[in-house]
Amino acid sequence: MTLNQIAFLVMGAAALFGAVGVVFFRSPVRAALSLVINFFVLGLIYFMLGSQMLGISQIMVYAGAIMVLFLFVVMMLRDDGKTDKPQTQEGKFLVGLVASLAIAALTYVAVISPTMNYTGEKFNRIYGTPQSIGTVLFTQYVWPFEVISILLLVGIVGSIMLAKRKF
Amino acid sequence: MVAEFFFRLHAEQPILLGLIRCLFVLVAILSLVPPLIWWERRLLSWMQDRIGPNRSGTITFPDNFPVKGLASKKIRTFGLIQPLLDGVKLFLKEDITPNAVDRKIYFIAPALALFPAFALGATLPWGPNYGLYGILTPIADVEIGILYVLAISSLGAYGIVLAGYASNNKYSLMGGLRASAQLISYELAMAMSVACIIMAVGSMKLTQVVAIQEDALWGAVPFLQNWFIFTPFGFIAAIIFLIALIAETNRAPFDLPEAENELIAGYHTEYSSMKFAVFFMGEYAAMFIFSGVFATLFLGGYNILPVNWGWMAENLGWGQGLWRALEGANYWLAPIVFLGKCFAGITFFVWLRATLPRLRYDQLMNLGWKSLLPLSVANFIVVGLWVIMTKMYGVMGGWIAVLAAFGILTVLYLNLVKIARTSPPMEKRTVTLVNPTSERRSVTMVDAKPQETPQA
Repeated sequence: MTLNQIAFLVMGAAALFGAVGVVFFRSPVRAALSLVINFFVLGLIYFMLGSQMLGISQIMVYAGAIMVLFLFVVMMLRDDGKTDKPQTQEGKFLVGLVASLAIAALTYVAVISPTMNYTGEKFNRIYGTPQSIGTVLFTQYVWPFEVISILLLVGIVGSIMLAKRKF
Repeated sequence: MVAEFFFRLHAEQPILLGLIRCLFVLVAILSLVPPLIWWERRLLSWMQDRIGPNRSGTITFPDNFPVKGLASKKIRTFGLIQPLLDGVKLFLKEDITPNAVDRKIYFIAPALALFPAFALGATLPWGPNYGLYGILTPIADVEIGILYVLAISSLGAYGIVLAGYASNNKYSLMGGLRASAQLISYELAMAMSVACIIMAVGSMKLTQVVAIQEDALWGAVPFLQNWFIFTPFGFIAAIIFLIALIAETNRAPFDLPEAENELIAGYHTEYSSMKFAVFFMGEYAAMFIFSGVFATLFLGGYNILPVNWGWMAENLGWGQGLWRALEGANYWLAPIVFLGKCFAGITFFVWLRATLPRLRYDQLMNLGWKSLLPLSVANFIVVGLWVIMTKMYGVMGGWIAVLAAFGILTVLYLNLVKIARTSPPMEKRTVTLVNPTSERRSVTMVDAKPQETPQA
């Protein structure tokens, strides 16, 4: 086993733990914390694949933004660790199990088995750098990029209008 | 010899060398935090006209001491041992865990607070990017150097918020919430001021940021270095970054999360013994590393003086040996100079703590959102203008454009202030005072100056 594989196994286990924890922890704060762990470790896995820009965006945007979710939980839910009722009744568990198995099978058919035996040429290090992403973003995709920024601006202005009490 | 050893390690065992690189940074932080605490306490006491810790470690020899020169003498250490004693005290103190805390998160929180402080230093170059230091620093010279610093520093809030939440104490929770609000607000201004530097450099690599600052000053004075704090937009970005960085590290005058007179001790009220020490250490380590980030971005990194010794040796007709020697000194003293700049930053932190009173919460938010953020966005536009004008019309064109833009922005700002002045300054708030001896009276407050109604 190479060092890369060991690192991947450790990170993958941590990411899985985070993902499972989001669903299974009763306390919302713990669930949010698991989500942070999951996002953070996913960022590390992106680093390992050579996509630095993607990885750091993952940590900065997602792992950083869960902070706001935390605040919502702390301010609004009044979490004491016991408020959330167990979700195993009413056959929900069975339906969930079947659905997740179906998704797993689909993932295997569509993603894992076609890429299992694929060994491409050596990975291009330029691919994930901020320079290459910036170049593509501001030449080929400049129009969608600007449209998205307008959308975000509208979102900000709208939220301020909603939050303001007096008009 | 040492250099050869490291070069061989670099060729044969790159992973081992990577671990050694991490070790250098960790050891530097861990060994420098106690002296930093001593320095802060002594400097603060000097600024406040006190003495500070000066007793510990004083050895008084008795009159009949066998060694002649030492009899009835005192050896003073100026309290240098005090941090060590404090550390021992914190280790040996009883570790109290209150009953009502959320145990697991309560234990995780200090570790989460310490992690970003240590991880921040991973992309900082504390030596030049060639020769021996080239393989020893930074830990990872990644393309996303500055973004890494911003991302990790944004994780710093988790430890504090979780500590405040898990303590199950209203004051702690208030401290944690304040910390997160403060961090989210000031991160914007900080990121925008860093974006100015990224745009001016054209790369996010921190080694590249330092390398660009070694160019000729303003593109015109070749024997001086173009540290960003000497450029107009860099100066403004530096001030914004400095203010934001004090807010990010929760230091006075932005220490609202641990404001003693309002929140007992804020988020670490319920923490004692070593867990408190971990918070304390995280705060000081963050101060130290953030000073390093400031030095790297604006103060030319590890360079002693903003002078290009190499250029002087090549182009001045005289003193070649001297310039070459100074160039060599600049290379070999780089880590010490970098540490010196970090210490200067911390001295500045202490100076601010001794000088400025703590901000009120609304003042804090107003400063962050209404002053720093617009200013940094305007600065960002000016930097963009500078980049374009330099490409189109050369160096002078760029600087003329920058000065003109700043002039226009200043005039616009002054006019805006004049317009704002004509509108009513503040909403009027009415407070009803309860007085048991007479009937209720209402007092109108305008702009924090109470105007008492005449007595009936």
